Amino acid sequence: MITTSRSACGSAWGWLLAGAAVSALAGPAAAQEPRHGGTAIIHMPSEQRILNPALRASTGVYNITGKIMEPLIDKSYDGPVGVLATDWSSTDDGLHITVNLREGVNWHDGEPFTCDDVAFSAMELWKPLLNYSSTLQQYLESVDCTDPHTAVFNYSQPMPLDLFVAAMPDLGHPVPKHLYEGTDIMRNEHNTAPVGTGPFKFVEYKRGQYVIAGRNDDYWRGKEYPYLDRIVWRFIPDKSAAAAAIEAGEIHESGFNGVSMADIERFSKMDGFDVGTQGYENNVAHSTVEFNHRNPILADLKVRQAIYHGLDIDYAIKTIMRGYAKPGRGPIPSAGGANYTDDVTTYAYDPELAKKMLDEAGHPEGPDGIRFKLRHRPAPWGEYTQLWAEYFAQAMKEIGIEVEILTNDAPGFLNGVYRDHDFDTANGWHQFRSDPAVSTMVWLRSGSPAGTPWSNQFGWQSDEMDRMIDEAQAELDPDQRAADYHAIQKLAMEEIPVIFAIEHPFISVTSQKLHNHHNTPRWNSSSWYDLWLEK
Amino acid sequence: MQLTQVLTYALRRLLQAVPVVILIMVGTFLLLKLAPGDTVDALVGDMGGADAAYIARLRAEYGLDQPVWVQLGRYMAKLIQFDFGWSFVYEQPVAAILWERLGTTLMLMGTSLSLAFSIGVGLGAIAARRAYSLTDNAISTLGLIFYATPSFFLSLMMILLFSVKLGWLPVSGLSDVAAFYTGWDHVIDVVLHLIMPTAALSLIYLSFYLRLMRASVLEVADLDFVRTARAKGAGETRLMIHHIMRNALLPVVTLLGLQFSTVLGGSVVVETIFALPGLGQLAYQSVIQRDMNMLMGIIFLCAIIVVIVNFLTDLLYARLDSRIALK
Repeated sequence: MITTSRSACGSAWGWLLAGAAVSALAGPAAAQEPRHGGTAIIHMPSEQRILNPALRASTGVYNITGKIMEPLIDKSYDGPVGVLATDWSSTDDGLHITVNLREGVNWHDGEPFTCDDVAFSAMELWKPLLNYSSTLQQYLESVDCTDPHTAVFNYSQPMPLDLFVAAMPDLGHPVPKHLYEGTDIMRNEHNTAPVGTGPFKFVEYKRGQYVIAGRNDDYWRGKEYPYLDRIVWRFIPDKSAAAAAIEAGEIHESGFNGVSMADIERFSKMDGFDVGTQGYENNVAHSTVEFNHRNPILADLKVRQAIYHGLDIDYAIKTIMRGYAKPGRGPIPSAGGANYTDDVTTYAYDPELAKKMLDEAGHPEGPDGIRFKLRHRPAPWGEYTQLWAEYFAQAMKEIGIEVEILTNDAPGFLNGVYRDHDFDTANGWHQFRSDPAVSTMVWLRSGSPAGTPWSNQFGWQSDEMDRMIDEAQAELDPDQRAADYHAIQKLAMEEIPVIFAIEHPFISVTSQKLHNHHNTPRWNSSSWYDLWLEK
Repeated sequence: MQLTQVLTYALRRLLQAVPVVILIMVGTFLLLKLAPGDTVDALVGDMGGADAAYIARLRAEYGLDQPVWVQLGRYMAKLIQFDFGWSFVYEQPVAAILWERLGTTLMLMGTSLSLAFSIGVGLGAIAARRAYSLTDNAISTLGLIFYATPSFFLSLMMILLFSVKLGWLPVSGLSDVAAFYTGWDHVIDVVLHLIMPTAALSLIYLSFYLRLMRASVLEVADLDFVRTARAKGAGETRLMIHHIMRNALLPVVTLLGLQFSTVLGGSVVVETIFALPGLGQLAYQSVIQRDMNMLMGIIFLCAIIVVIVNFLTDLLYARLDSRIALK
């Protein structure tokens, strides 16, 4: 489904370009020549508050700060591209990674960007303070600056170069050392007024209302970039009001499913809007069903298999995600590149088989048609998780399992599932962060202390799985590493500790007045130096 | 009403208010602690996850690893010095955020309530004077419709009509951010942005005042003193304004006093839909985020406003009806 919608988008753009070519031939209206100037207005459903990607690894933070602060490496459809880094290499033992840095780059306050900034950021922020990164960089010992534009990352355990490069777009934003050194980093004023090297400079953050960034005239890519004069992010919490603002032309883009699916479907049929999943290849999430294996009924593999057979995944994709999704194949989504395989055990929708398996597992229907009851906690992450929980309850009813839904808000859910283990089943979603080692593996690896959200708190432990995960994480050869992850995926689909039921990228609605939009796999987080706005 | 009398009365009310406010603060603190999870859970949820060491470090930094009574003691000790503390969600002092938000909410609620009060009282009085006529029926029906329409529905329908279809009014926000208006242009811009939220918010209040005023006027108009005044030759206008309205206003003022207390909480829905940075939205977000200091600050502000408004209502009573004495 993703490829279909992507190619649909691609062809729409192709058509646009073709139309432009025709009009360029037909007359003086050279509509596709990038225009300088203008203000792009972007919808944000929730406020971010901290605007420092080296302290908060979250797509909402990147959506704003990605224009102001740049990472060492970003992702393009052709693979990794250097931003503040120009190239990178690793020693054979994987213990030293050398990154060459771009010269002639200045921070927005005029100070030059050098290796000192990278070394300081890595040791003082990325390793100790940045969520997710603290796991990635746990074996980082030091960063040496052999010259002002060469940084050498020294590790005490081998660090696969692949993993380092895959993690850098999200977890590799340097901060200016001269503004952070000697201050309380968590309380530094620049955490809400960022200073970076990006195409846009921070202007104003009005809490509860908007953030403004203005053009950086000293951008390193050259005087012609960026095209836009300004970007404004507006916080509109109500999805219907946001949809109305897009329709009225007050907003140019809303990403990360910022409006309801009904409105997304409506916009996809209206003129003047591009609707699609392109630009989210790096931000794919799974809708899950999570089991509490402490419950002896669910500890039985046969029951979990029966539950999987009882779920009509295609129906859910069609009605809940309106087609913008595809069936999951274990902990690594198809967007995972070489590490993904679809050669795994699958569980087709077959309620009769499911009932038979439940009978065999020793759970016959009672006089009221019910085999057993489950207490289910749905994650409150919006439309998908709520509807998916309701569908789960409905589908389970059909095979004789009664599901009681315990509604809770975010802290209630995270505590109920990941700390207190007070649930039988739960559903949520988990975002894949371009490499399994820094994202979905924590769902399968045992040993996370209780209270770690989005980790294996399911009471499921497999020595084999733990060993495979550790080996894959330290594997330096990319081909062997991919083979390791295929094996993990196969085992996860056989044992089903968690059902990774559906994988879905996010969806955005974009006004066709914007050009060069969604042209990288993590577009909403990228710098938008080439984005331009039609008059 | 002597000034000294009013001042002694004010002082006594102030002293009475202190234990009430302390009780409210302690009670709320404990109540909020009963909710599952704390602000670190909410923050980590927002971030999309973090490892255990990171979570423990945040919790220690925010003082959330301490027993509840230690946290309570620390908070109350600060509050006595009017220090509202630090919001870990906004990474700003609570007082600064409250101050910023209070303006928007007061503006929105002030215009809505005064609009609702004046129009509601006016329409209610007219309806009562022409009781059971066509005018009365029209006004009463209108009141019923306003009363029965939920504000979120009304808001969205207005947006659909006036912003999306007609393009007359801006959809949401407090001002047109990208326009950078200054001076009168800015004022006009803000007024345009506030038309729909004010309308959405005032209509329901308007219906309250309308219905109450109508009933109250009808009741007072039948009383003996009105008959006496009429017998003594008072004209209809003087009778209405001087004798009936003044007495009929008492219950309406009570309601106004009560509703003014809901100023801070009453506009969550409208503030959310129109993306207005007010206290209602802030309070709601703070519950979701388990932002204790912020929530306690809002509740403290609410408690103070309720105490002040009650005091003012009592003063107004004494002014409207000289039989009521300030004791």
